[in-house]
Amino acid sequence: MSEATFGEYGGQYVPEALMPALAELEDAYERYVRNNEEGFMHEFRERMADFGGRPTPLQRADRLSERYDREIYLKREDLLHGGAHKLNNALGQVLLAKYMGKERIIAETGAGQHGTATAMAAAHLDMPCEIYMGRTDVNRQRPNVYRMRMNGAEVTPVEAGRGTLKEAINATMRDWATTVENTHYVIGSVVGPHPFPTMVRDFQSVIGREARDQIREKAGRLPDSVLACAGGGSNTMGSFHAFVPDSVEQRSAKDSSGQRPRDGVSLYAVEAGGSSLEIDEEEGLAPNSATLSTGTDGVLHGAMTKLLQSTDGQIMESHSVSAGLDYAGVGPELSHLVAEGRVTPASVGDDAALEAFHRLSRLEGIIPALESAHALGYLERVAGPDAGEYDVEADLGDLVVVTVSGRGDKDLETVLEETEKRDIEAAPDVEVFGQ
Amino acid sequence: MNAGTDSEIERTIRENHPALIAYITAGDPSLEETREYVEALDRGGADLIELGLPFSEPIAEGPTIQAAINRSLEAGTTPGAFFDLVAGLETEAPLLVMTYYNMILQHGPDADPEPFVSRAAEAGLAGIIVPDLPAEESGPLRKACEAHGLDLVFIVAPTTDDERLDSIMERTAGFAYVQARLGTTGARADVSGATHDSLARLDEYPIPKAVGFGVSEGDHAAEIVSAGADGVIVGSALVDLIAESEDPVAALESKARELKAGAERGVPEPEQP
Repeated sequence: MSEATFGEYGGQYVPEALMPALAELEDAYERYVRNNEEGFMHEFRERMADFGGRPTPLQRADRLSERYDREIYLKREDLLHGGAHKLNNALGQVLLAKYMGKERIIAETGAGQHGTATAMAAAHLDMPCEIYMGRTDVNRQRPNVYRMRMNGAEVTPVEAGRGTLKEAINATMRDWATTVENTHYVIGSVVGPHPFPTMVRDFQSVIGREARDQIREKAGRLPDSVLACAGGGSNTMGSFHAFVPDSVEQRSAKDSSGQRPRDGVSLYAVEAGGSSLEIDEEEGLAPNSATLSTGTDGVLHGAMTKLLQSTDGQIMESHSVSAGLDYAGVGPELSHLVAEGRVTPASVGDDAALEAFHRLSRLEGIIPALESAHALGYLERVAGPDAGEYDVEADLGDLVVVTVSGRGDKDLETVLEETEKRDIEAAPDVEVFGQ
Repeated sequence: MNAGTDSEIERTIRENHPALIAYITAGDPSLEETREYVEALDRGGADLIELGLPFSEPIAEGPTIQAAINRSLEAGTTPGAFFDLVAGLETEAPLLVMTYYNMILQHGPDADPEPFVSRAAEAGLAGIIVPDLPAEESGPLRKACEAHGLDLVFIVAPTTDDERLDSIMERTAGFAYVQARLGTTGARADVSGATHDSLARLDEYPIPKAVGFGVSEGDHAAEIVSAGADGVIVGSALVDLIAESEDPVAALESKARELKAGAERGVPEPEQP
């Protein structure tokens, strides 16, 4: 059986009523995902190809490569059906629910990307579907609410708290505690109780597997570093998983080709730095979502992991201009990989992410999701023309893969609004829009 | 015969059979009022009193207790002030704390449950209930509870299978908390059919069983006790009174009386010789 923990992180901290459902899910995961190549996994891959559009390209970004004076490749998950990497997991889990004989799908969503992917997968596989979404997120991600409804899903706004992802997860867990016998909870990231973090990572790991093959074909070798944005961490773990064994230690041990001294692949998880990395203990607010960079150990939503919390243990209200990164927890495996030193946590604030959003749109003709813009913003901080101004040092190397986890159409309203408030160098003149 | 003989909670349930276990959220709307409410429940005949220590993400609670937890957090309730309140209470009913695992882990450094348990024992608490801590993850907390003489009460759910049932009943101390229905906490208009099934399969275990989730009236208490329960647990119905009644102290005391009388009505008449 698969391990329930990653070092000291992970586990199954849930109400007793859900434990049998987790055992059932673990059993199905072992039976179909891990040991049914010819059956379940074959069907999953076929559907991901025909319905989802896999494989997604790995594209050399010519003008970014010029700007940063190194080879930059983009893993284009924005080109997956639905416009984000989320379908990899959603289709996997909805298909698994079908194999398990479940009759109903529920899911939480933050930015709405996981909700839309689940709604699409449920429509595709003919399953009834209900999506819980925080009120704040409903308001700032309206296009995604409409898309979910178009696909036949019921969208239930969650009014509690600040109305973002963590409240949506609470509400979905409560639904599941009531309906567990016939309902599968399609959790949207590598978070939650075992086996979710492992299973979601496995469904998402296709990102890194493809990228690893593609970069070897295009550049003739493995990259020096891989950058991915991190909220809950599904895009991060999906991008990194295939590269985790390519550590400096392991590669120098087996690599006698004498290429470059540094042959390990560095992994950078770029979190949302929001407006500041400081927390306001009094107000219970963290104006960021930089859990790996600043969090402490605790239990949230079924797992021991890094959290943004007060010294008493109350979970902080997190913040990011990007709804998809706005979460006070993070996947337990990422917490573990950071603790081990295999993954380097980094963070990029709202302003830098917005700047990177405009820059990629302008330079490469790709409008990225605000989530993905954080990974691109980190590149600018480390290697851009003004890199010296920032206190950020990282040796990204000469060959870099950045995952563009999704496309930015859903963020246009937010971006226009937030850009107007700021002085952003790379931005077009947004006043022409509706003044 | 079993560890229960040392347990103040188990002894209390046996001596006051059938027992009324009352839950309210500490700090709703303030810790000072919680003191009055606890005393009212104690006067009204509650045999054990559970105090909820609020956590910001109460995934096992329905709307009523979620709202109480929000009121308590907005009033600024902290674990430190909670323990101070408990230490100053002089009730006949032993007190338990109900909270989520993260609150227990963060009371000291290094995510270790021991400092919380040590402080709970010092404050005079007799037991702990943790809705998001299944038996599998309970090792460190159980060890600390055993060291400090506190009962760690486990929940049995309608979905708990026979294999898990054994391991839960082996670990639970004080009593077994029998969850009457799937879902979250909250007052309901009737007693779930699952209650009778749950109690029937627990019959062979010697530890007392108390039924909660949805119990709100004296008649429910009577039905649950007649089905074989040693106690009834009432929470949301009391929290509703705190939120809505003009005189919560009087209302809580009389509700406790109604529930305790109901529970006593449920005891089967001894057969005439």
